[in-house]
Amino acid sequence: MAGLGSSSSEMDLDRLNIEEYLTVESIRESPRKLHLRDLLDISPTLKEAAGAIVDDSFTRCFKSNPPEPWNWNVYLFPLWCLGVVIRYGILFPLRVTILAAGWIVFFSAFLPVHFLLGDHNKLRQKVERKLVEMICSVFVASWTGVIKYHGPRPSIRPQQVFVANHTSMIDFIILEQMTAFAVIMQKHPGWVGFIQKTILESVGCIWFNRTESKDREIVARKLREHTQGVDKNPVLIFPEGTCVNNHYTVMFKKGAFELGCAVCPVAIKYNKIFVDAFWNSKKQSFTMHLVQLMTSWAVVCDVWYLEPQYIRSGETPIEFAERVRDMISVRAGLKKVPWDGYLKYFRPSPKLIERKQQIFAESVLQRLEEK
Amino acid sequence: MGNASSMLTQYDIEEVQEHCHYLFSQQEIVALYNRFCQLDRSAKGFISSDEFLSIPEFSLNPLSQRLLKMVDGLNFKVFVAFLSAFSPLATVPQKIELIFKVYDVDGKGRVTFKDLMEVLGDLTGSFMSEEQREIVLSQVLKEAGYSRDSPLLLEDFMKVLCKPGVTMEVEVPVD
Repeated sequence: MAGLGSSSSEMDLDRLNIEEYLTVESIRESPRKLHLRDLLDISPTLKEAAGAIVDDSFTRCFKSNPPEPWNWNVYLFPLWCLGVVIRYGILFPLRVTILAAGWIVFFSAFLPVHFLLGDHNKLRQKVERKLVEMICSVFVASWTGVIKYHGPRPSIRPQQVFVANHTSMIDFIILEQMTAFAVIMQKHPGWVGFIQKTILESVGCIWFNRTESKDREIVARKLREHTQGVDKNPVLIFPEGTCVNNHYTVMFKKGAFELGCAVCPVAIKYNKIFVDAFWNSKKQSFTMHLVQLMTSWAVVCDVWYLEPQYIRSGETPIEFAERVRDMISVRAGLKKVPWDGYLKYFRPSPKLIERKQQIFAESVLQRLEEK
Repeated sequence: MGNASSMLTQYDIEEVQEHCHYLFSQQEIVALYNRFCQLDRSAKGFISSDEFLSIPEFSLNPLSQRLLKMVDGLNFKVFVAFLSAFSPLATVPQKIELIFKVYDVDGKGRVTFKDLMEVLGDLTGSFMSEEQREIVLSQVLKEAGYSRDSPLLLEDFMKVLCKPGVTMEVEVPVD
């Protein structure tokens, strides 16, 4: 997707929607003679800049909206205190115990199977799949997850990928408890990275590093190989590329949509009344995020498995990606914004400024010719 | 006023409102404060250039570097005063004054030919050469009765831009 010469600090973005979204400086339609005032009047550009400072649709996608405090009077406050005691004093230790017990069972079954049976042993693959699904169920239980699945469950078939909107890494756990997906994920440091390298490799997960542009080619290749395979676990991709706050969707990366196979959309919507499941990775580590979930009452969400989509003739991968994003956004009640999620980590490419500069420069030169 | 992480008191709101000549309502000032705290991620009491540039729409603006010189490091009160020129209640002269300040970014009180060249350079990038910009600017200045050797003052800007005026309004989203 990126040009060969791009440095890691700039990104070539899918330009289709961004140009429609950014307003062009208003130049009068019919070319007229150029006056001093036309050059001094930079008000449209300043207005756009101030508009962006005051509110912009990109930052809105990553805003965690804390729920309104409701414990503000004499009888609600003690109730809330009681709630805190129950959540931190009773539920949390109980959940930690469940989680610990789950891990013990998991490792006591996983380690023997992993090391004793051969690499491509069918039994081993089946057992590891079931074990991963089991540990994910344990995780979900540890937050008292109430998850409603709608639609037909994913089946293991070749030539299909699953795409879902992304709110937190728990999306993966929620989907994984139902089906052992092979997910494509950003490499994480710490204990998460450890789990990624050891356990999740066994279900066929693929890792990459956002900041390595070469990783993209490697991932694309691995992805293609995986989808050809017959009894490999179905691939799950989060095409937004980053966690968004479950009110908006950012643009989908086209990688998942140019593989020439079926794309099965999955929409996930969390109910914020119980807990805000958005993982603001800049503000919280994943461990803190899990602790926050484990000290809340419940994680309630809906998962919709939508109808598999195929690329239509004459449709580009970007258009296909947008069409699927539309389906997911409508189903989960999310608003679409035309920004690339990676703008969280990289600056926009200067090419987009150049377009505006070009329009203005041509207009000035043209009007200079007018008498 | 306290640093950005403290809550805004009624006194603070009134102080900020007075400083911006009552061009924003109290609700708008509270909304701007929430926005300020959202952008000032490390709660330093001002927004750094990097934090401004993390707004993609701002980063893509041709005048972003010039504006950064004006907004980088402002505390909340001055930040609101800067934005007050974009209020629908601001008068045309107030808006023209802001445009003048963007040109005269080093605050010397006059806009030289060099300043005009810099802004035109930001707006046209590599699509016009230095010579072309010089020719264009010299020509329009001459036609308007100015010369490239004498700098423009605020009253010159007022004269050139006041008819038919400038519209430069931004709406502050109030929850």
